[in-house]
Order: sequence, then structure tokens, then C-alpha cells
Amino acid sequence: MNVPDDLYYTESHEWVRVEGENARIGITDHAQAELTDVVYVELPKVGAQAEERTQIAVVESVKAASDIYAPIKGEVVEVNEALSSNPALVNTDPFGDGWIFLLKMSSADDVKQLKDAAGYRQAIG
Amino acid sequence: MSDGTAKTTPLYEQHQQAGAKIIPFGGWLMPVQYSSITDEHQAVRNNVGVFDISHMGQLTVSGATSAAWLNRMLTNNVENLEPGAGQYTFLLNERGGIIDDLIVYRTGLEEFLLVVNASRTEEDFAWLRKHLADGLRLENRSADFAGLAIQGPNVTELFNLLFRRAVELPLRNQIATFEFLGVNLAVARTGYTGEDGVEIFFPAEDAPTIWNELLAKGQPLGIRPCGLGARDTLRLEMCYPLNGNDLTPEHNPIEAGLGFFVDLGKPEFVGREVLTRLKESGTPRKLVPFKMKAKGPPPRPHYFVWRDGEKISEVTSGTLSPSLNQGIGMAYVPAGDAKLGRELEIEIRGQKFPASIEKKPLYKKP
Repeated sequence: MNVPDDLYYTESHEWVRVEGENARIGITDHAQAELTDVVYVELPKVGAQAEERTQIAVVESVKAASDIYAPIKGEVVEVNEALSSNPALVNTDPFGDGWIFLLKMSSADDVKQLKDAAGYRQAIG
Repeated sequence: MSDGTAKTTPLYEQHQQAGAKIIPFGGWLMPVQYSSITDEHQAVRNNVGVFDISHMGQLTVSGATSAAWLNRMLTNNVENLEPGAGQYTFLLNERGGIIDDLIVYRTGLEEFLLVVNASRTEEDFAWLRKHLADGLRLENRSADFAGLAIQGPNVTELFNLLFRRAVELPLRNQIATFEFLGVNLAVARTGYTGEDGVEIFFPAEDAPTIWNELLAKGQPLGIRPCGLGARDTLRLEMCYPLNGNDLTPEHNPIEAGLGFFVDLGKPEFVGREVLTRLKESGTPRKLVPFKMKAKGPPPRPHYFVWRDGEKISEVTSGTLSPSLNQGIGMAYVPAGDAKLGRELEIEIRGQKFPASIEKKPLYKKP
């Protein structure tokens, strides 16, 4: 299972990539493998205020709808519109073209509470 | 995932080894998918897939008056069955509500096999035992049998490979015995996918041998092990009802649009009075298939159904159809709304998405 070293992770299987004052967020390779066949992504609204550990998006597979949580507090500044026409990008490129939304972080320090790659690897066994 | 009470089939280890994701279903721990629901679905539509259906129940009835008695217990007419033939039928309560939907096979002149839903096996057995006529023998053989559904256009070729000769499979809805690797297989030309296929039943202890052999020999034909996920998408594209979702004791076969499997001409069967009345008066609601009109989230069970700003019911079955790449489902709606093309809205997380009532089946091969 691919767990890139340069990302932060949550127990609910989101990843976070710090890009200056913003944080790009998606779901992990492990999560997409568990879900399989992503058929729909309900994106957050640009401008929405995200609170940490609150539901902000939904990823649906054939079998079930799964909530996606904001890993940290911030404002949604961009969403991945490509997922509207091609939700399978979450499966094929979870850490790249399958990203879900970009947050302007309330505090850059917040990511330090998240897991690093080693911690996440341990969590998923 | 195991809660200690859920049962496992004789193929549980094989499923784990194959990397299946296991979920509780009807009191059993069953594979929901091995690789991907979509891939497994397509394997059945295009090649051949094999499903573990060992969780399904097998009840046997024998005795001189077994046909007459079953005709009082079930809605379809078993007198129409020659030995070796089967039919889809219902077990109803006195209110005409559906206890179970099942297939009854006449395995001998005075012998019958009932293949019933996993979650209803105990209840069916108790109900039948309570109503059993003198001189009949009723047995719950569920634990003795494993079952596999082998479904898809390559099924005949697969049997030819397995037996290394041209095999005559039984005709649609018929059952026959084949000896394979020293095991007696009851092979029925039935299924729950809309594809050609068979369902086979045999002693539970032989399950791993048969399973492994099927997957090995079927490889050149594109065989895949398939889970409950694909089973659900395949059956829903065909509008085959799922017990517990589309069929419950609160529903009857007439409103489910399955009156074809009810013989009201029989003088007596449990639920007959209610069903006769409903057939004459018409049912207040009907089960209808629908398709979502645009790309969007797939409909799922219990989502609300709206029509002209009024909440009229709930989705009973819903998914994304892998064949159509479109949301599909079924719901009971007021009879007045049960019209082809009637526009509905499905409420998904507080937002309404347009759908329309369609013909059965929801998917037809081009």
C-alpha cells in the first residue's frame, strides 16, 4: 500500500499535503482500496468553513456512501471539479489527480496533530 | 467483524484467501466483493462468475400428499411441475404478506426441495412445521449442503471443460444430477443475474474441492469469484426483488408485480382470500423500477421518494448500475403514480434528484 512520506494522515484515512498556507486533501490509497469503485464524490462548496473532524464531503462506491472529514480547520478555497465527471480518479490516483479539496488553513500548526506516514502505516497495519 | 453468532459457509477460508471483503448478511459472514463489484458484475455479464450461495436454506418435503400440501402452503401451482422441474413461488402469511420468496423443485414424484433465503430459513421451517400435514416428512437440510451460483454466458462452455465432453445442461428451471469428481451435484438452470447460468447444490464437505476446481478450470473462460455486491447490482438491473428489501411481510406478491407466480385458480392456499380481493380491487401501491435522470449520487434503500413536492415513499433497492453507469432502484409508490415515465425525485442528503419510472428490466443486453 502506497503511503507517501511527505503527507500527513488521519485515522479516518484522509491525507493532507501542505502547500504554503493551504492544505490539499484527499483519501488514502488504503481507503480507496477498501471502498473500490468510487462512483460519485459529493464535493464541498468553495467558501465553506471546515471544522476539524466534521463531515465535509461524501465518497460513494457501488455499495455504500462514506463520509469524508476535514482533517483540520480552514476555509475551502478550491474543489476538484474533475471528480464530477471522473470520480474513479480517487481510485486510480488517490494522492494525485484524485485529490478532493483545498483548504486555506486556519493555523499551519494544526497539521502537527495529525499522523505522519510512519504513524499511518502502523494504524493500517 | 465476527460477532460470534454469525455463521460461516464451508468456503469461508477460500474467501479469505482470495482477499474477499467479508460482511454480515442474514446471519452469515459472506464475501461482498473480492476485487471490485464492477469487475465482478462485468465478469458475469460477459464471461462467467461464481457465487457462494451456501448460506441459502434447503428444506425437503416428502410423502404421498406432499404436492397437495405444498399447494396449500405456496402460491404457485406445484401440480404443474414434472419431476425435475422447479418454479419461483411465495410463502405467505394469512394476511397475504410475504414470509419468503423461494424456488421449489420437484425432485421426485413425492419429493420436493425448497431453496429459501438465508435469513428466512428458520422462520420458513418453523412455519411449515407448524402447518405440516400428517404423513409428511419435512427436513431442514441447510447445514448439509453447499451451494454455488455459476452465472454468465460461458456457463455451458465451462461445464464442457469440467466434464471434458459436450454437456447437456438442464433446461431453464429444471434440475438434474451430475457426478463430478465423485460428488453428486444437483444442477438447476436458475439464477439471480439475468444471465444464463446454473445453481448447484452438493454436500458441504466437498465445497472447497468443487470451488477450487471451478476457478482453475474456468480461468481460460474468464471466471471470477463474485460477491454479494455484484449479486445485488446484477439482480437489480433485472428488477429481481430482494427479500427483506423489496419483499417483506408488509408486502404482497400482487403489489410487488409478481402475480404471475400466484395461482389464484387453486382452491386453497394461505393468503388466497386477501390476494383474490387485492387482485380484484387493485392494490393501493405498486413496486416500480426507476432510473435516475442525470449523473449524480446513486439511490440507496430508505432514501425518500417525492412526487410533485409530496413525499410518497422510500426506495427499497437502489444502486449504481454498472452496465448503464446510471443510478437505478425500486420503490413502492401509490398505484396512481405507478405509470411508465412518471417523474419522481429521490432525496439524497437533503437534495432532490430527478428520476423516472421505467420498464422491467432496467437493463437489457444490446
